[in-house]
Amino acid sequence: MALEFAVEVFQNEYLPEGAAEVHAVLTVSAAGEPEQVAADPAAQVLIVDASGSMRYPPAKLAAAKRATRVALDALRDGVRFAVIAGTESARVVYPANGLATASTSSREAAKRAVARLTADGGTAMGQWLLLADRLLADHDRGPRHVILLTDGQNQHETPEELTGVLDRVAGRFTGDCRGVGTDWQVAELRRISEALLGTVDIIPDPADLAEDFRAMTATAMEKAVADVSLRLWTPEGAEVLYVKQVAPGLLDLSDRRADVAERTGEYPTGAWAGAESRDYHVAVRVRPAEVGQRMLAARASLVGPDGDVLGQGRVLAAWTDDTALSTRLSPEVAHYTGQAELAEAIRDGLEARKSGDVETATAKLGRAVRLAHESGNADTAKLLAKVVEVEDAPSGTVRLRARVADADEMTLDTRSTVTKRVGKGR
Amino acid sequence: MNMEPSKENCPACGAAVSPQDRFCEGCGRNLRVQRTPVGGPDAVAEPRCACGGDLDAEGFCVRCGRARPPARDRVEFVLPGLAGVSDRGRRRQRNEDSLAFGRVRARGAAAVVCDGVASSERAEQASQVAVDTALDVLLTAVQSGGDPEAATADAALAADAAVGRLARPGAEEVAPSCTFVSALVTEESATVGWVGDSRAYLVGETGAARLTTDDTWAAQLVAEGVLTEEEALTDRRAHVLSRWLGADSQLEAPQAVTFRVETPGLLVLCSDGLWNYLPEPEDLWAALPRGVPPVEVARELVEVALKAGGHDNVTVVVVQLRGGHGA
Repeated sequence: MALEFAVEVFQNEYLPEGAAEVHAVLTVSAAGEPEQVAADPAAQVLIVDASGSMRYPPAKLAAAKRATRVALDALRDGVRFAVIAGTESARVVYPANGLATASTSSREAAKRAVARLTADGGTAMGQWLLLADRLLADHDRGPRHVILLTDGQNQHETPEELTGVLDRVAGRFTGDCRGVGTDWQVAELRRISEALLGTVDIIPDPADLAEDFRAMTATAMEKAVADVSLRLWTPEGAEVLYVKQVAPGLLDLSDRRADVAERTGEYPTGAWAGAESRDYHVAVRVRPAEVGQRMLAARASLVGPDGDVLGQGRVLAAWTDDTALSTRLSPEVAHYTGQAELAEAIRDGLEARKSGDVETATAKLGRAVRLAHESGNADTAKLLAKVVEVEDAPSGTVRLRARVADADEMTLDTRSTVTKRVGKGR
Repeated sequence: MNMEPSKENCPACGAAVSPQDRFCEGCGRNLRVQRTPVGGPDAVAEPRCACGGDLDAEGFCVRCGRARPPARDRVEFVLPGLAGVSDRGRRRQRNEDSLAFGRVRARGAAAVVCDGVASSERAEQASQVAVDTALDVLLTAVQSGGDPEAATADAALAADAAVGRLARPGAEEVAPSCTFVSALVTEESATVGWVGDSRAYLVGETGAARLTTDDTWAAQLVAEGVLTEEEALTDRRAHVLSRWLGADSQLEAPQAVTFRVETPGLLVLCSDGLWNYLPEPEDLWAALPRGVPPVEVARELVEVALKAGGHDNVTVVVVQLRGGHGA
């Protein structure tokens, strides 16, 4: 495996006397030419919602089929793949048994099978994922990726049932979720995509599905190493407050810790491509030492599937009574703290708006506008402006718009976790 | 780890030597002169962290994460009849004090303490270069029987020049600088020299006396009657030096005092990290442990400063005065 990981640590290691919280942003960059990386073959499962609602408007199912065919065309030769149709249960559309191996003929056969797909029945996404898991079970080396497309809500199983499935499949493959139209639930798909360490996005217009599927599949094809973990060693008496991916999107990994040794835990990061960079925000509470003392507050390692360490970084703490040192903010930590607050303000604001609490909604979304403005997150600022009228961005003065298109509100909600990468020094 | 050399073995190579030998037959080392190593006594290199955990390759404890303290953080060195302790204290990032001392068998001893000026560059390097340079001059005088006051002046000026050479062109404002206090002790007499606010005390059987006067603006104002002693202690200029060693010192000579040693006693050299907490000779006298060797005295005095807050680096060198009974 020729993929190498560089870990850069951004922090202000100086703490005032008695302070215990240590924050750092880790920029993890994988490097390696795809040709030189002896990647294990990838596996890809496409899950297409085939519930009754996909029939209306008719363009929806047609677009989903077209997108699936485009995704099939994007599969590299040799990639293992399958297509699943999802209803209140799940069935394999192609191949007849297990996973197919991508070739000109298998791609054509799969496309023909997809063309025959009809929509009828309910929605139980947990069942879809369980079938995907069974198909991928034999493919235990190399990146395993799922694309889940739906247009509706998970009506035919309880949230608890879905939770049970997610607990079971988390870590077994990665996955991206796409909601087409506006009848699906952002929170539901986000729950699935977070469990699968992937992305969630809205495709309001079915006509845009094909390009999105092509791009997602292309990204999946670039993955060279699967099952990479972020291993965190912390000193005795320390507590990891959180570990979050903060770029390209927010993804809280704190609950995903697996203890591997004393004072050492691993957090899954999924699969990595040969030229990929992500940022993580790590917060650790340590036992404060005396002024003048230095401490290793955490050692972060990127660990491959065989437990081999692929890269390392150190998070330090040094106590000082020099306030000029201890009050200095790490721009990286401050930036991502702001991006997390931005996402939270959007979510809280939209929730308040839904429940008719105009005052809270205005305050929260106003705060979001201000944070987006301050951090230069233009994409999010644009989405916010479709939900609120911005009177003054620097102060966060806004008014709720009386009429907001469902797609605009859902787009803002869905993309609230997409962060702007910290600019300085990169 | 106390480095008191056995009288039976060469301190350098460990070969057996007799007290009459001038040089070690094994390695040729001069057995009459013993001194702190140039560059500073190696700090005790603990193989483990204080918590008991192993240290990793980078010097961090694999258990509690603490970094191995820098070598200068705590320095202890012991020779027959004199010893010194230097400690970073509880507040400062670095220990910028340095100490050096040595003895010439049957002749005498010499000691130097320098306190790096915190607002200058590479203050720890300044104080280390100063003590090593000055001690060389003083020990040569002890060996050759040179004039103690002349040797003290030479030592201070040589140290001043050595520290001055550390300065970067164009950065005179922050040129490395430090204080200076020295002692040259023979069987009959002792000479103390100083520049700045590091001090020397003489401890006898009935009390202690300060031998130095601080070269600070506050002390000058007290001398001129502008401030009282009490006001000076809390005045923000209390530690602003009026004289120091370094490129910008314009030093002509240290202050010096020589006295006859007729009865046993102790000579205590220290940085302001100690006397801030024990400003009067009576305070020092009260804090001083009795009937223990010099190293225990130095450790206890440093401990007093640390317990009182340890706001600055603390350095104490204690020289035993035998009063004609042989150094």
